[in-house]
Amino acid sequence: MDMSQYLEIFIDETKEHLQGLNQSLLQLEQNPQDISMLNEIFRVAHTLKGMAGTMGFSRMAKLTHDMENVLHALRSNEIKVTSGLVDILFKCLDALENYTENIVNTGNEGNNDYNNIIAQLNNAVNKKNVEPVSQKPSDVQQTQKVEEKGNDNNHATAQFKLNQYEQNVAFKAKEMGMNVFKITVVLNKGCVLKSARSFIIFQTLERHSEIIKSEPRVEDIEDEKFDYEFTVVCVTKEDIEVFIKDINSIAEIDEVLVTVLDSSDFQAGALQEANTTATPNPSSEQDSGSEDEASSDKKQDENNQGASAHKTKTGKTVRVDIDRLDVLMNLVSELIIIKTRLEGIDGGERTQAYSEAVEYLERITTNLHDAVMKVRMVPVEMVFNRFPRMIRDVARELKKEIVLNMSGEETELDRTVIDEIGDPLIHLLRNSADHGIESIEKRKEMGKSAAGQINLRAYQDGNNVVIEVDDDGQGINLEKVKKKAIERGLVKKDIANTLTQKDIIDFLFKPSFSTQEQITDLSGRGVGLDVVKTKIEQLGGVVEVETEAGKGSKFIIRLPLTLAIIQALLVIIGEEKYAIPLSSTKEIIKITPDQIMMIQKKEVIMIRNTVIPIVRLDQILDVPKDETKIPKQLTVVIVKKGERLSGFVVDSLIGQQEIVIKSLGKLLSGIKCIAGATILGDGNVAMILDVNSLAI
Amino acid sequence: MEDVINVEGKQYVVFMIGKENYGVDIQKVTTIEKMMPFARVPKTPDYVKGVINLRGEIVPVIDIRTKFGMEITEETEETRIIILKINEISLGIIVDEVDEVLNLTEESIENVANFTNDLSMDYILGVGKVDGRIVTLLNLEKLADISENNERGE
Repeated sequence: MDMSQYLEIFIDETKEHLQGLNQSLLQLEQNPQDISMLNEIFRVAHTLKGMAGTMGFSRMAKLTHDMENVLHALRSNEIKVTSGLVDILFKCLDALENYTENIVNTGNEGNNDYNNIIAQLNNAVNKKNVEPVSQKPSDVQQTQKVEEKGNDNNHATAQFKLNQYEQNVAFKAKEMGMNVFKITVVLNKGCVLKSARSFIIFQTLERHSEIIKSEPRVEDIEDEKFDYEFTVVCVTKEDIEVFIKDINSIAEIDEVLVTVLDSSDFQAGALQEANTTATPNPSSEQDSGSEDEASSDKKQDENNQGASAHKTKTGKTVRVDIDRLDVLMNLVSELIIIKTRLEGIDGGERTQAYSEAVEYLERITTNLHDAVMKVRMVPVEMVFNRFPRMIRDVARELKKEIVLNMSGEETELDRTVIDEIGDPLIHLLRNSADHGIESIEKRKEMGKSAAGQINLRAYQDGNNVVIEVDDDGQGINLEKVKKKAIERGLVKKDIANTLTQKDIIDFLFKPSFSTQEQITDLSGRGVGLDVVKTKIEQLGGVVEVETEAGKGSKFIIRLPLTLAIIQALLVIIGEEKYAIPLSSTKEIIKITPDQIMMIQKKEVIMIRNTVIPIVRLDQILDVPKDETKIPKQLTVVIVKKGERLSGFVVDSLIGQQEIVIKSLGKLLSGIKCIAGATILGDGNVAMILDVNSLAI
Repeated sequence: MEDVINVEGKQYVVFMIGKENYGVDIQKVTTIEKMMPFARVPKTPDYVKGVINLRGEIVPVIDIRTKFGMEITEETEETRIIILKINEISLGIIVDEVDEVLNLTEESIENVANFTNDLSMDYILGVGKVDGRIVTLLNLEKLADISENNERGE
């Protein structure tokens, strides 16, 4: 399967995670006791592992896996956070950044295994002494170089060699009384157009000389595939001073090192000796001196390269900060409020031209709203499509047969939600594959088909989008969960026996809770479900679990569409106006008070043989009301919450209207039955009812 | 103008509730509005009068009289809503009348421990004395904070 279309998402997400990792690591270094930071780092590592695994970047996955081992040991207090350890973690970060950089540039992660880092990680877990701090960064550098040298002899900067042909040219030139210079140019770190700058330098050099060798190669320099320094060898009749003067007149250069090469240098074949004697190790000096800067600069560099890579790869799309879309959305909201207000202006004063103008305005605002909404809405397919490959790999790894069935890929969600939903779904799917589906032998024993089924379904349900992950595996072993909960001190033994199924399942969502004895590459560390829950709740959604022993389990994620503008039914209760999202309303009926019956002290009505509980909104919302008036007829708005129906009793209806959802602000956040407020056409404020919490 | 130039002290918006003068830090005041219709928000403490539409922004409004357990009076022509911004939280407080802007130096503000007042001590920052007048300075952070706590408690 072609993963290239997800590469961009992967790169963006990885970069975001790495940035977060960087910050978390810095904070951990400041405050080694901070467990929450540790948890954060662990999650990032875990997520990266999953993502890299999904994309088939096995080296990256291996490294993050080993990182996780260390972090796990840290979390469970087996080892302590030391500065040496943090250094190793930083090295991992650098390595991951290098992988990402390779992926940006070439589409694959490269073939550096960073075995030394992995070895250090493993040492750390085995509580062996962590190497002293100062050595670390250069280690990374070295392995890289050694690896690179293995790939391509000409690539290693430290061992700058001329090939036979170049040696001959240089030798001939010397014979003819010309000078041979080796010039190393270090560009300023702030240099933006490195290739252009380098081009100028090359041009300047070529005025006086002939360049016989360049390291990195000229093509690479043109593509900006170098850090900030490059080395050239040129043959010239001019003196060394001329060169230094000329090059120094070019801006944005930090340093120029010119070395005169003697015939002996290339006769001996190794330029490197001359290096060590003439200028004591220019490049390595540079390296160690600016190591710290270098890593941050490298990152910036990587971003630059990332940006240019994007430009070339996807010219048709523009990545827009979601905040800008929010601003746009707010403006559209304001426009709609004004439009509604214009529509409401009394008909008597209207001229025909006015009416036409308003109608035209209405059309435009509606189109504008649709357009802005469309920009923000993305089909879940974007996230779903990377799963089949993942499940295939997972199945192979676990030696299980798993079939992934997906449906509802076209269901659309707000972009902000889409961006966040990937990780939780990866966790759930891996959980299903690892914990849920049994081994082939066991399935046969139990009389099931050899291939386990995992179903991933998305559909819209009113104002929510529901995503379900279910499997026909063994289900959740509630007894085992209960036992584990008691073991870990989450619950007392005597209380444990009184817990409901739901209570027990809730333990699964506690941090670091896992029933799996064996830690596998996939899951079992218990980070999965608490991450899922936190993420979903952040998005304003809920997670539910249904499970049946031997039959399988089902995770249901219910997410709000997070639409800023919705169609709503405006109603009057007492003297107050309220808005009910139209997507949750099913129908409106009028009943007489004697149609209300009592079942278990609850008011219900019967509609077409369905019993529907009644919610007296005026009582629940404490609406001030004239109690003496008893209406002959009641207006009931039937709303749906999932599959269930409830009847909201209101006094009268105003009608359907497009409303803009506004938050009540921080001060009033967290009120149960109110989802927000909206400004009506007349400038007054109406509360939007939260159907989910009001319905019975 | 003198007040503005004087860098020593801080400026306070002085308002009346009943016969008493109260002051809030002018830095925290966004605007002062006349009374406007507000929508009641269900399931909030009684001193949360509701929310108003302040040029497209929804702002909760607190009735100081109810909050501090004072006698409730009819609103008049002079009744104002002072819109405050405290730690990124916008809120309005209803006051009987907005008087003036006063400059108070550190020395003219006295510790509250020496005074007894109708208000709970928590909400008082200090008492400023200018020309024989007494201005009670409100602790706005507490005001925003407490109402939030009550909110959660509900």
